[in-house]
Amino acid sequence: MNWIADVGAKALSIVSNLGLAGRFFAILAGASLRALGRFSLVIKQLYAVGVLTLLIILVSGLFVGMVLGLQGYYTLVSFGAESSLGLVVALSLTRELGPVLSALLFAGRAGSALTAEIGLMKATQQLDAMEMMATDPVPMVIAPRFLAGLIALPLLSAIFTAVGVIGGYLIGVQQLGLDSGVYWSAMQEGVDFYADIINGVIKSMVFGLIVTFIAVYQGYFAIPTSEGVSRATTRTVVNASLSVLGLDYVLTALMFGEV
Amino acid sequence: MQQKRGIDFIVGLFVLGGLAALVFLALRVGNLSSASVNNAYHLYAEFDNIGGLKLKAPVTMAGVNIGRVTDVKIDKEFYTAVVELSIDANYDNLPEDTSAAILTSGLLGAQYVGLEPGAEETYLKQGDKIEITQSSLVLENLISTFVTSGAGGGSAAQSNSNADEFE
Amino acid sequence: MHDTEQKQAQLIEVNNLTFGYGQRLIFENISLQIPKGKVTVIMGPSGCGKSTMLKFFGGSLTPHSGEVIFDGINIPDLKREKLFELRKRMGMMFQSNALLTDINVFENVAFPLREHTDLPDSLIHHLVLLKLEMVGLRGARDLMPAELSGGMARRVALARAIALDPDLVMYDEPFTGLDPISMGVAVKLIKELNEALGTTSVVVTHDVPEGAGIADYIYLLGGGTVVGHGAPADMMHSSNEQVNQFMNGLPDGPVAFHYPAEAIGDDLLDIRQ
Repeated sequence: MNWIADVGAKALSIVSNLGLAGRFFAILAGASLRALGRFSLVIKQLYAVGVLTLLIILVSGLFVGMVLGLQGYYTLVSFGAESSLGLVVALSLTRELGPVLSALLFAGRAGSALTAEIGLMKATQQLDAMEMMATDPVPMVIAPRFLAGLIALPLLSAIFTAVGVIGGYLIGVQQLGLDSGVYWSAMQEGVDFYADIINGVIKSMVFGLIVTFIAVYQGYFAIPTSEGVSRATTRTVVNASLSVLGLDYVLTALMFGEV
Repeated sequence: MQQKRGIDFIVGLFVLGGLAALVFLALRVGNLSSASVNNAYHLYAEFDNIGGLKLKAPVTMAGVNIGRVTDVKIDKEFYTAVVELSIDANYDNLPEDTSAAILTSGLLGAQYVGLEPGAEETYLKQGDKIEITQSSLVLENLISTFVTSGAGGGSAAQSNSNADEFE
Repeated sequence: MHDTEQKQAQLIEVNNLTFGYGQRLIFENISLQIPKGKVTVIMGPSGCGKSTMLKFFGGSLTPHSGEVIFDGINIPDLKREKLFELRKRMGMMFQSNALLTDINVFENVAFPLREHTDLPDSLIHHLVLLKLEMVGLRGARDLMPAELSGGMARRVALARAIALDPDLVMYDEPFTGLDPISMGVAVKLIKELNEALGTTSVVVTHDVPEGAGIADYIYLLGGGTVVGHGAPADMMHSSNEQVNQFMNGLPDGPVAFHYPAEAIGDDLLDIRQ
């Protein structure tokens, strides 16, 4: 009968964690507005969160685009439809792969770093020290990182998608000999700015919010020991990745589900 | 301070790069440059059946894309489909007896609206209705026509009569 | 008698404080006073709640019951804003130094000044250099915290704790993990700074010789309450067995060497069976 109690306890702790997260989000949202006034702090974090993630985004975007070009071409050519290659590559990237893959890479590269950094600041009592120096660490430390994540991911995602389209071009046109005009025109014919590109950007904004929030939340509430921080870092990557994939389904159903 | 300036600069480059990627997506990948019909006027056409015609389907004349389908409604009185066509303002000289047909690109491709110019001297204006229309071919109707009337007795096109009788 | 004499000169008074985590009580009805302008050392074995006491002074923990009166203000009653206002009158040196790792030594010391004063940059520059000079690290101003040795980091933490010239400076285990030279420096600095700045100092430590060396007054905690208190000399020669055991580092006494267990003979026989 013990397991019933275990399930109950687990459920209770999940609910109270959600409550804590909600309260923390409200505080963080207020603090973020104030942190906008100290934008130099945000810029510093944009460097850590955005610029340092750029390389992995560029490389992955290029390769994903190239694979799409290759796979798409061989699949389409058997239906005599290789002229749609540009459309296939661009739609997959703008709607799904761009936002989702860059969010997953972002969670692995920047999210884990955020959690580890904040967790270590907590473990080394830096956050306590700020409190004791009468400075609230949330607007000072957490909010700039949160804002930087919000800003960085949509930009990274756009770069990922753009590089991916170019990767598809390199394979489809340069390598496999598809006509360059056909590649681009099929794309422009079928990709709608609002329905596809803007929706993709909205997706990546939502992902940026959820991934960065999970990262700073896990860091801020990490158990302040080296073991606690390493576990929080793992939780960030796992929870953020699962949230991105789950939310992606919901967002896709909402955005592209009609008609 | 020197170092700080450097970080500001690199972050600035990063943000610019991201925005450039967005512009690239908008203009080069998406249809913001070409297909958004900014300067457009609207025409209406009634069809008995629009088949699989979707919003944003192209409107073509002589195979050239000159506009898009921007709305599809049901006429509550006659139960016909009313399709709103957004036509590029450059093509403001469509004769009044222009006819519209719902066509299919390729064997199983997407459906679009094809316009066939008439011979009148007066032109269609914003809000006008195209009088002569031809509905979408519905495969089931087509087959049943063949089955009931033997091999090609009544033509499929006639059975999908146009909207003239209603006027 | 002691209390009534010095009633006027207390910076902090803890009255009948009770606190615990869950079932485990850490303090039970404890009371103590921190005299103004003096160095008070709070000692006790590991886990007796010495560092926790500092958290009550700083207001980061709220007791279950009892008062913590700082200069006439009961800290547990304060709202966050008022508490932050009060904390500007306190400086704290953490056991881990807690230097902000992403800014250099100069900026660490300047941090409280930048946050809480509207002083012009040139004045902040002067003040920071003066504080760093006091701890002998004016030359290390451009180093990052990761580049400092343990002793240097602690001195920077000290300079930061006194940046706002606080009324109260708290030191959490200032001698732990230092080599003998750095330890000597830390002892000297705490003593000198207290005299030079006229602040009240509270030092939490379990290092008896160093603690006794700088203390004007000692509180010995244990078992959730005050075991003994008095001037260092009195404490060293206390007739109280518990005080005597701790101050002189005796391995056995009221605090037993053995963790409670049944008689060893029984235990060994048990295994054989």
